[in-house]
Amino acid sequence: MIGEWLDIGPVGQISPGNARTLPVQGGEEIAVFHTLDNQFYALVNKCPHKHGPLSQGIVHGAVVTCPLHSWNISLKTGQALGDDQGCVPTIPVRVDAGRLYLLRAAVIGATAPRAMA
Amino acid sequence: MVATPTQRLVVIGNGMAGCRAVEEVLARDPAAYRITIFGAEPRVNYNRIMLSPVLAGEKAFEDIVINDAGWYADNAITLVSGDPVVAIDRAAQTVTAASGRVEPYDRLLLATGSDPFIIPVPGADLPGVVTFRDLDDVDKMLRAAERGGQAVVIGGGLLGLEAAHGLSLRGMGVTVIHLMPTLMERQLDEAAGYLLKTELERRGQTILTGADTAEILGENGHVAGVRLKDGREIAADLVVMAVGIRPATALAKAAGLAVERGVVVDDHMVTSDPAIMAVGECVQHRGACYGLVAPLWEMCRALADAACGLAGPGFAGSVTSTKLKVSGIDLFSAGDFSGGADCEDIVMRDAARGLYKRVVVQDGRVIGAVLYGDTADGAWYFDLLRRGTDIADLRDRLIFGQAHALGGGAATDPLATVAALPDDAEVCGCNGVSKGTVMATIAGGACSLDAVRSQCKASASCGSCTGLVEQLLALTLGDDVQSGPKTMCKCTSFTHADVRRLIVEREFKLIPQVMQELNWSTPDGCASCRPALNYYLLCAWPGQYKDDQQSRFVNERLHANIQKDGSYSVVPRMWGGMTNPDELRAIADATEKYGRMVKVTGGQRLDIFGVKKEDLPKIWADLNAAGMVSGHAYGKSLRTVKTCVGSEWCRFGTQDSTGLGIAIERMTWGSWMPHKFKIAVSGCPRNCAEATIKDFGVVCVDSGYELHVGGNGGIHVRATDLLCKVATEAEAMQVCAAFIQLYREEAWYLERTAPWIERVGLAHVKARLFDAPDAVERLAARFAYAQTFMQDDPWARRAGGEDAELHQHLGEFRPFPTPALLEAAE
Ligand code: SRM
Ligand SMILES: Cc1cc2nc3c(=O)[nH]c(=O)nc-3n(C[C@H](O)[C@H](O)[C@H](O)COP(=O)(O)OP(=O)(O)OC[C@H]3O[C@@H](n4cnc5c(N)ncnc54)[C@H](O)[C@@H]3O)c2cc1C
Ligand code: SF4
Ligand code: FES
Repeated sequence: MIGEWLDIGPVGQISPGNARTLPVQGGEEIAVFHTLDNQFYALVNKCPHKHGPLSQGIVHGAVVTCPLHSWNISLKTGQALGDDQGCVPTIPVRVDAGRLYLLRAAVIGATAPRAMA
Repeated sequence: MVATPTQRLVVIGNGMAGCRAVEEVLARDPAAYRITIFGAEPRVNYNRIMLSPVLAGEKAFEDIVINDAGWYADNAITLVSGDPVVAIDRAAQTVTAASGRVEPYDRLLLATGSDPFIIPVPGADLPGVVTFRDLDDVDKMLRAAERGGQAVVIGGGLLGLEAAHGLSLRGMGVTVIHLMPTLMERQLDEAAGYLLKTELERRGQTILTGADTAEILGENGHVAGVRLKDGREIAADLVVMAVGIRPATALAKAAGLAVERGVVVDDHMVTSDPAIMAVGECVQHRGACYGLVAPLWEMCRALADAACGLAGPGFAGSVTSTKLKVSGIDLFSAGDFSGGADCEDIVMRDAARGLYKRVVVQDGRVIGAVLYGDTADGAWYFDLLRRGTDIADLRDRLIFGQAHALGGGAATDPLATVAALPDDAEVCGCNGVSKGTVMATIAGGACSLDAVRSQCKASASCGSCTGLVEQLLALTLGDDVQSGPKTMCKCTSFTHADVRRLIVEREFKLIPQVMQELNWSTPDGCASCRPALNYYLLCAWPGQYKDDQQSRFVNERLHANIQKDGSYSVVPRMWGGMTNPDELRAIADATEKYGRMVKVTGGQRLDIFGVKKEDLPKIWADLNAAGMVSGHAYGKSLRTVKTCVGSEWCRFGTQDSTGLGIAIERMTWGSWMPHKFKIAVSGCPRNCAEATIKDFGVVCVDSGYELHVGGNGGIHVRATDLLCKVATEAEAMQVCAAFIQLYREEAWYLERTAPWIERVGLAHVKARLFDAPDAVERLAARFAYAQTFMQDDPWARRAGGEDAELHQHLGEFRPFPTPALLEAAE
C-alpha cells in the first residue's frame, strides 16, 4: 500500500468548505477539497470550461462552482452539472488516521480537461 | 350607455363567498342588478385564508385585498361596510342595518359565513381570549405578540396550527391544546399527525394532545392561564380559541327561513324563500356544510347561473382537499382515509427524509390520500379521487406518484408530470381553476406568476399550487417566463424579502441556522444563496456575526480580482482619485516585483495585473508600507469615489468637490453592501466626475449640494434621481450615510441601487429617509456603528499572516526527478 498512496499531510490543513492546491512538477495542479459534511475530494485544478481554478470556487454539497463563469462541477465525478458539458479528472482520496492520501498513479497520470473554445 | 338596472340585489356579507358571487353575476350580466353589499367588517373584501400568512408576517393586509375600493366603484356597487344587517323583513322585502339604514331588495343574498365556536368554559369572555376569523382578531394577536410572553392555542386543527405557527414566528412561546389524540384528526391519520406533531415540537411549540380545557384563568381582569380537566395549569398572556366554526344563521332563523345546521339551499343556492339565496359557509346543501373555499366557488357559479336566468348544472356537492399553510411543512389530505374492511391502504414511508404517503383505495378507486413531507403528487391523487378513475392498471405503482405510475419510472421530470395532467384537472383548489384555464391565460399573454395570479386567480389564495403554476409557465414559455417575486434560489421557497425579514424577526445568527429553520432543501445551500445569506447576516448583526469565508466569492475571499488565467489584480484605494509621488513610486515598485502590468481604471485609480495568489500578502505588505489600503475593487462594497478638481483649481468650481469626495470615501470605505456601490462628487453642474450615473452622486452648486441616487453606467445606463438638496458638507455626508444604510438594509443581494430604486420607487426611498424627522440621523447612526467593525484593512490582516493557508499551496509534488519527495507547506 505504501507507495501507492501519496501522503499529503494532516486533514486539518484544509478547513471545511475550502480547497487547497498541490502543484505537480511536470503534471497538472491538483485541487483537494474538504466539503462542509466532512468529505474529501481531489480534482485537477482546471475547469473543463476555460480552465478556471476550481480550488477557488464556492463549495456546496459535493459540488464546486467555478469562480470564472459559475459552472457547477461535481466533486464526486468531475462532471459539469446542469446544462453544461465537460468533465475534469478526479483523483481518489483516502483518509487514514487523520492524514490525507491521494492515489499516486492518478496524480501522476492526471491530464487537463480540454477547454472549450 | 348601459341602462341602469332596475332589479336590486342586496348581499349580506362582504366576505369571500359574497363577493365572489357578485363577481360571477357581473361576469354573466353586468346590467342585471343594482348591487348593495353590507359588510359587518369595516373594510373591503379580502382573502380570509391569507390571514394566516399575515399573522406569520409573510404578507401585509394590502397584499391580501381581493377587491379594492376601485372595484366597487367601477361596478357601481354600493358597499356599506362596518354596518351589519340586523333584520330581514321578507314581506316588505327590506333589510335593516344596525345603523338603522333600510334597504329594499328584489333578490337577497345571504353570505354571512360562520362564527368561531367558543367553548363554554368559565373565563371564556376574559380580555385576552381571542378567536381567529377576521383581521381584527389578527390585530389583537399581533398586539399581544408585541408584548411577548406565552400563548395558548385551544384547538389543533388547521386554524389553530396556523395561529400557533404565526404566534411562534412572532416570538411568543406557544402551547397547543388539542382534545383529540392526534392533530388535525379530521384531515390526517395518526402517522401523519405524529410527524406533524414532532416537527412542530422540534420548532419549539408545546403540543398537548388528549387535553380538555376546564377553565380559563384570569388575573387582574385579564387572561392569565388555562386549566385542563386533569388539573394541569398552563400560563398564558393570550388564549386563541380555534376549536371550530358554526354557520352564521341567526338572521336567517329570525326571518323564518328553513335552517338546520346551516341555511338550507337547493342546487342553485335558493333558500326556502325564492327571493332569497344563500352561499358560502353559512349554507347547508344536501345535508353538508363546508368550511373551505373550493366548494364555495362552485356554489357561486351555480348561484350566478340561477340569478341571471341561465340554465346551469347547479351545485352537486364537493369533495375537498386540505393543505396546511405553515411554511416548511408539506402536508396534503383529501377525501376519506378512515379506512375500513373494504378499503385497501397503500402506504409508503421514508423515515430518513421524513416522508409519509398513504392512499386509500376502495372498489378500484382512490377515495382518500394523505401526504406528508412531499405533496407534489397531491393534485394528481385529488384528480383521480374526484373523477373516480379506475386505477386497476396503476395499482402497484400508484404510491410512487404520477411520474412513476404513468411513465413506468422513466418520466421523473416534473414538467412531464404536469404536462400529463388532463386539461380539466384542477390546479388551484382555492379558486377552482383548471389546468386548461391556466394554459389559456398563459396563451393569452400572461407570462409571469403574478400575471397568471391576477388574470385567472390561480395560486392567488393559499399559494400551495404556486409550484404547479410555475411548471405550467415553464412548460408553455420555456425561458420566457418572467419571474415574479422569485425565490432566493433553488434551495428555498422563500424570497429574498422573506429571508431578510425573518433573519431579523427570528434573530437568526448563523447560515446553517437560517437553512435549518427555513427548511433549505439542500444540505448547505449553493453558490447563490450562501453569499446572500452571509451578507444579510452581516448586515443584520454588526459586530456579532462572524463573516463566513466559505460563503464568499473568490474575489472577496482573496481580496483581489481573479483574472481569466487564474492570477489576480490588485487595486489600492486612491482616496477621491488623489495620489502622490510616493504612492506612485510604491505602485511602480510593486508592479515590477509581483505584477505584469499596471493600468488606469475607469474608476480613477491604478490596477496591478498578473499577481499570483501566493504573492498577494507580499504585495499588500509593500502597499501598506506606503500607506495604501485595499480599494475593494473586488467587493460587493464601496468601490470608488470619483471626484473632479473642484473649486481649488477649476475656474467654474463652486465647492471643494475633491475634499468632499475624500471625506465621503473615508466615511464609507470597507462597508459591505448588497452589490457594488460607486460614488462621485462633481464641483459644478458640468459634472466632470459623472456623478449622475453613480449609486450616490453629489453635484455641487453655488448654494450647496444636490444629492443624486440610483445611477448606473453599466449594462443598463440609468441617470440618477435627485434625492434632495442640502446646504452643508456635513448634511451631504449624513444623507449619504443614511442612504447607504437604507440600501444595505432593504435591497436584495446583487441588486444595485438602480434596479432597487426602480423596484421600490423613489417615493419609498424618500419616505423612508425623510418622513420621520429623525430617520436620516438614525440610519446614519446605524451605518456609523456598522462601520466601526468594517473599517479595518483586510490587506493588512492578510499581510500580517491571517488566513495564510488561503494563499499557500499544500506542498509541491515532484514525481519525476526525485519520486515521492513532498514538501509539506506546514
Ligand atoms: C478594472 C475596471 C476596468 C478598467 O480597466 O478600467 C473594471 C473591471 C471589471 N468590471 Fe467594471 N471595471 C471598472 C470600472 C467600471 C465602471 C466605471 C466606473 O466605475 O466609473 C463601470 C460602469 C459604472 C457602473 O458600475 O455603474 C463598470 C461596470 C461594470 C459592470 C456592470 C455593472 C452594472 O450594474 O450594470 C460589471 C458587471 C457586474 O458587476 O456584475 C463590471 C464588472 C467588472 C469585473 C469585475 C468583471 C469581473 O467580474 O471580473 C472586472 C474586474 C476586472 C478586474 O479583475 O480588475 N463592471 N466597471 C474598472 C475598475 C474601476 C475601479 O477602479 O474599481
Ligand atoms: C385564518 C383562516 C385560514 C383559512 N385557511 C383556509 C385555507 O387554507 N383553505 C381554505 O379552503 N379555507 C380556509 N379558510 C376558510 C375560508 O376562509 C372560508 O371558507 C371562507 O372565507 C368562507 O367564505 P364566506 O364568504 O362564506 O365567509 P366569510 O369569508 O367569513 O365572509 C362572511 C362575511 O360576512 C360578514 N357578516 C356576517 N354577518 C353579517 C351581517 N349580519 N351583516 C353584514 N355582514 C355580515 C362577516 O363579517 C364576514 O366578513 C380559512 C379561514 C380562516 C379564518
Ligand atoms: S468592460 Fe469590464 S467586464 Fe467587460 S471586459 Fe472590460 S473590464 Fe471586463
Ligand atoms: S472556466 Fe470554469 S466556468 Fe468558465
